[in-house]
Amino acid sequence: MIICTKNMDYRFGTQCQFVQNQVMVNSEKDRASLLCMKALANRGRLDSVSQQMASHPQYLESFLRTQHYILYMDGPLPLHYRHYIAIMAAARHHCRYLVSLHSAQFLRVDGDPLWLQGLEAAPPRLRHLDHINKVLAHQPWLTARSHIQALLKTGEQCWSLAELVQAVVLLAHCHSLCSFVFGSGSDSDSIPTPRVHHGTPPGYCLCDAANGNTALLPPPAGPTEKAPRRRSLDSSCEVAYLREQIQKSQEEIKERKADRLHSQTLSHADVEEEDEAMFSADPSRFVTDPEFGYQEFARREEDHFQVFRVQDYSWEDHGFSLVNRLYSDIGHLLDERFRNVASLPFPHSPDLKRAIWNYIHCIYGIRYDDYDYGEVNRLLERGLKLYIKAVACYPDSSKTPLCPLSWAHIKASEKVHVNLLVMEARLQAELLYALRAITQYMIA
Amino acid sequence: MFQVVVAGRNIFKIYGLEEEGFVERLNLRVGRKPSLNFSCADVMWHQMDENLLATAATNGAVVTWNLARSCRNKQEQLFTEHKRTVNKVCFHPTEVNMLLSGSQDGFMKCFDLRKKESVSTFSGQSESVRDVQFSIKDYFTFAASFENGNVQLWDIRRPDRYERMFTAHTGPVFCCDWHPEDSTFHMHKVLHRGWLATGGRDKMVKVWDMSTNRVKEIYCVQTIASVARVKWRPERRYHLATCSMMVDHNIYVWDVRRPFIPFATFEEHKDVTTGIVWRNQHDPYYLLSGSKDSTLYQHMFKDASRPVDRANPEGLCFGLFGDLAFAAKESLMTAPQSVGDVGRKTYPGGDRRYPIFFFKKPDVTEQFAQVSSALSVFESEAGSSVGMDWFINTAKSYLLSGKPFAELCEHNAQVAKKLNRPQESTTWTMLRIMFSEPANPSLSTNHNLNKSGNLPLVNSFSMKEMSAALNERNKENRQDNLHSLETNLNNNDENEETEGSEGQAEYLFGDAELDDDDLYSMEHDNQAAEEPEYLLPQEAFPLRHEIMDHPSAPEPVQEKPESPHVSGSETESTCLTPMESINLISVSQLLFSPHLPPKFFCPIVKEMLCYYAEQGDVQMAVSVLIVLGDRIRKEIDELTQEHWYMSYIDLLQRFELWNVSNEVIKLSTCGAIMCLNQASTTLHINCSNCKRPMSNKGWICDRCHQCASVCAVCHHVVKGLFVWCQGCSHGGHLEHVMEWLKQSKHCPAGCGHLCEYT
Repeated sequence: MIICTKNMDYRFGTQCQFVQNQVMVNSEKDRASLLCMKALANRGRLDSVSQQMASHPQYLESFLRTQHYILYMDGPLPLHYRHYIAIMAAARHHCRYLVSLHSAQFLRVDGDPLWLQGLEAAPPRLRHLDHINKVLAHQPWLTARSHIQALLKTGEQCWSLAELVQAVVLLAHCHSLCSFVFGSGSDSDSIPTPRVHHGTPPGYCLCDAANGNTALLPPPAGPTEKAPRRRSLDSSCEVAYLREQIQKSQEEIKERKADRLHSQTLSHADVEEEDEAMFSADPSRFVTDPEFGYQEFARREEDHFQVFRVQDYSWEDHGFSLVNRLYSDIGHLLDERFRNVASLPFPHSPDLKRAIWNYIHCIYGIRYDDYDYGEVNRLLERGLKLYIKAVACYPDSSKTPLCPLSWAHIKASEKVHVNLLVMEARLQAELLYALRAITQYMIA
Repeated sequence: MFQVVVAGRNIFKIYGLEEEGFVERLNLRVGRKPSLNFSCADVMWHQMDENLLATAATNGAVVTWNLARSCRNKQEQLFTEHKRTVNKVCFHPTEVNMLLSGSQDGFMKCFDLRKKESVSTFSGQSESVRDVQFSIKDYFTFAASFENGNVQLWDIRRPDRYERMFTAHTGPVFCCDWHPEDSTFHMHKVLHRGWLATGGRDKMVKVWDMSTNRVKEIYCVQTIASVARVKWRPERRYHLATCSMMVDHNIYVWDVRRPFIPFATFEEHKDVTTGIVWRNQHDPYYLLSGSKDSTLYQHMFKDASRPVDRANPEGLCFGLFGDLAFAAKESLMTAPQSVGDVGRKTYPGGDRRYPIFFFKKPDVTEQFAQVSSALSVFESEAGSSVGMDWFINTAKSYLLSGKPFAELCEHNAQVAKKLNRPQESTTWTMLRIMFSEPANPSLSTNHNLNKSGNLPLVNSFSMKEMSAALNERNKENRQDNLHSLETNLNNNDENEETEGSEGQAEYLFGDAELDDDDLYSMEHDNQAAEEPEYLLPQEAFPLRHEIMDHPSAPEPVQEKPESPHVSGSETESTCLTPMESINLISVSQLLFSPHLPPKFFCPIVKEMLCYYAEQGDVQMAVSVLIVLGDRIRKEIDELTQEHWYMSYIDLLQRFELWNVSNEVIKLSTCGAIMCLNQASTTLHINCSNCKRPMSNKGWICDRCHQCASVCAVCHHVVKGLFVWCQGCSHGGHLEHVMEWLKQSKHCPAGCGHLCEYT
């Protein structure tokens, strides 16, 4: 458990090998490892998502910054709301990984454990968000001014515009992250295994990186040694705090005699254990109308949804200004993400990249006047198109079998890149629809 | 005879401007299913040929139209060289056949309308082109603005490389416009190229002087939304019009020399304005605009609203030392001086002796309302440090926690008394009596009865008379503030000196009360010893580790009576006009039911607090609030409390009473106040490895890539309490170092230093 080297070999999980195998320029690699170290030192854990992205350190940096900003930094929503919204968003795609991750963080920021029993236990204000969550996740083109209006309608449970914008950004971020998680197969190791002690993976120890001590320390003598070590890792406050929280929640649960949770909690009475397992619950309880899913966006006669023309409402010209006005600085962060993903070196022609991006937007009904969509068929093989569509529209491992990447003749190393493209394109698509609806609301 | 062309995704029409309004002349959108060539991002009419139009299509085509064509389809030429949307087309102002385009693909192309293809291609090599504009004066030059914030200057003859580039904005530069240097302008200055205005997503309009070798920003106007279009106003050297792409629907005309307030505003549109144009190059009075709300307007300048008319040209500000500066229109200031104008100094506008006052010469060309203000400064008299001394002294000497309730009240009453504030002093005394626990009041009231027999045990005053008295006192004090204060101090000193022997002689309120005071103190003393009824102040937030000082344990109150009770200044005693009519506290009630619950008084106390707060003495309100704590807290709504706290803390901080303000924050019970202590708690640290400042957040140093604060015992990052030896600067988790040093004398890092832990 105390083995690690300065260069940070990822000794855990299968994806790590894959990261290692990547040919990376040396400086790039250093940068990635530094980022990972930072993330690890900050949060005590390095999730597999970050590990995957580490092959594109520049992108990873802006991704982590955005995520940190929307989840923890200045914003109108209280922290536990943010995590709960993230849970709701991830549950739409049955992403166990994100649901359990945010459930744990929800508890950590003092959220009411009862809410985790399901959507009906959450306050009505959050439940109101369910509809727009559903629409944005599967058929964002349905987002309309009326949804915004309904949420903002003054009343006891109303949302403020600033809150709503943050919620929408959060929803879009999590939906698209689900795609990435699904595409990269991170969801399969969603159930926290015993290897995660307090979020620190075994085989990695900060001290060595910290002391510049690259020598391998002797392996642990036995389990007896483990316990005190573990406790010492998390500096005084956090463990105690967590323990207190869990005890508190236990008491509450006992009082209310919520049987299901009760038994779960008791089985994890040892608070030294990960609390994440405790609520790695079935995402379906945060979902209403589970049948609602993606439908082909086609120009059918009966419901003439207008094609969304980017030239009429683009991120650069319109979306940015609006979102940045209502939720300061997020525009710049998202802008950086989009720019970064656009500037990633792609082994094939930039045309392919544009084809992928436009194809994803096309799936969601967003069209570019200046693009010849015949090019999509020319450049993207059927396998790749299927893959992209599965990742973008059906990132639900409970329904869709794990991605048939083999269909596409694309190298594993490029898979991350494609996944990133899918994630960002989807994020932008959802944001565009949501922000356009908000704009329409503001004009009316 | 004017004509205007309107082009967009679904419209391409020409209207004539008639007396009664716009009249449609021609619809250029022909065919049953018009191609995307008709979907226009930009349109331009040739300045020299009234039949020639050019449009930029969203699908990347550049199209020219000739209205002189006889058939229905007026399309003349189609250039499909751009790969992405064309954002802008621009005709050369003097050359008939030259057309320039700028596109999303990052290229600019120059077309000769006599040829089928572009003559030259310019690669900006910095993302999408948002605007291109031919210079009006310089035949060969054009400017291009880019999505990444750059502006480039090109010579039309040299397509290989731009002549000049500078970063104008952060984020996209949506538009630029050359100054249409009119003839009068030339007389002032001989310029090579003149000025260029740029507008960007960063909500700014900047004016650049392009005539010098280095491009210089000469004016900057901050707007409230991203700037989509900017157009210089004809015949007005400093005016330009802007409109926005998002959120803001208005059109503004700015005088760039007055960047804080628009010169004129047109507020007709209900959705964002997508295009603006001046009707004639030499007519500054007509502006046309199109909007997403599907309307086309011709604005007359005289209809514009002038925000400056609604602006308030008065200003008022307090100086650091109590001076008051006041500026207002000169016309208002000529009024005869009122009686209260003591120490008033006037600074006539433009007085050279006071260079800090910027005086703007009236400029005839500037059509701004000329407001000339007179500035008056009311100086507080030198030496007398205004009326706020009492505030500072009170803040410093009040005790808010750490002692039994009664003692706190007593102490504060003395403080107030010493500072010549009898009303506050009495309030404290009253509070003490009202809220002392019922265990002893019965006893004490009995005592009171026995001792005094008559009612005014406590000096109580009706608020009205009291405040009147106070006002009087204040007036007096203004004159000899310092003097009286000094005498007070002297008196106090004397008191202290003589305390032991004949302190009682100094008491003002007669024997009965003296005894009363004594008894009270003793009572509380006893009580405190038996049952500690007072609570330690609650901590503001869940403690992570014990860092707060615990309030010191209550001291024995024997010392209490020794403290000087009174300042025997004459002025004070005159203020204390005892009251006969209505007592605020009806002691008679106390008489008959000595066990009256303290709750009974809450409404009165609440009223009293509100009174103080409204009088501007928020100090009193907050202090009482804190000292009374739970006794009163629930009576007053959170918002009001928060408001008081905020005001008091703000005041304290203005007087740099940081310690007191911190104490107040700590003792407050409002959530919003308590978090104040958690704001800006940044601590700048150096990396322990490379000894350089840690620039970023987190636990890892950017420079040496190592964890900065590592525990020498367990080698993990210390995230909580960090303790280190000042000798060898090694350290770690508090518990770990404690444990380690129990067993060993040496530093856990192995440096050989003999660390000490105390």
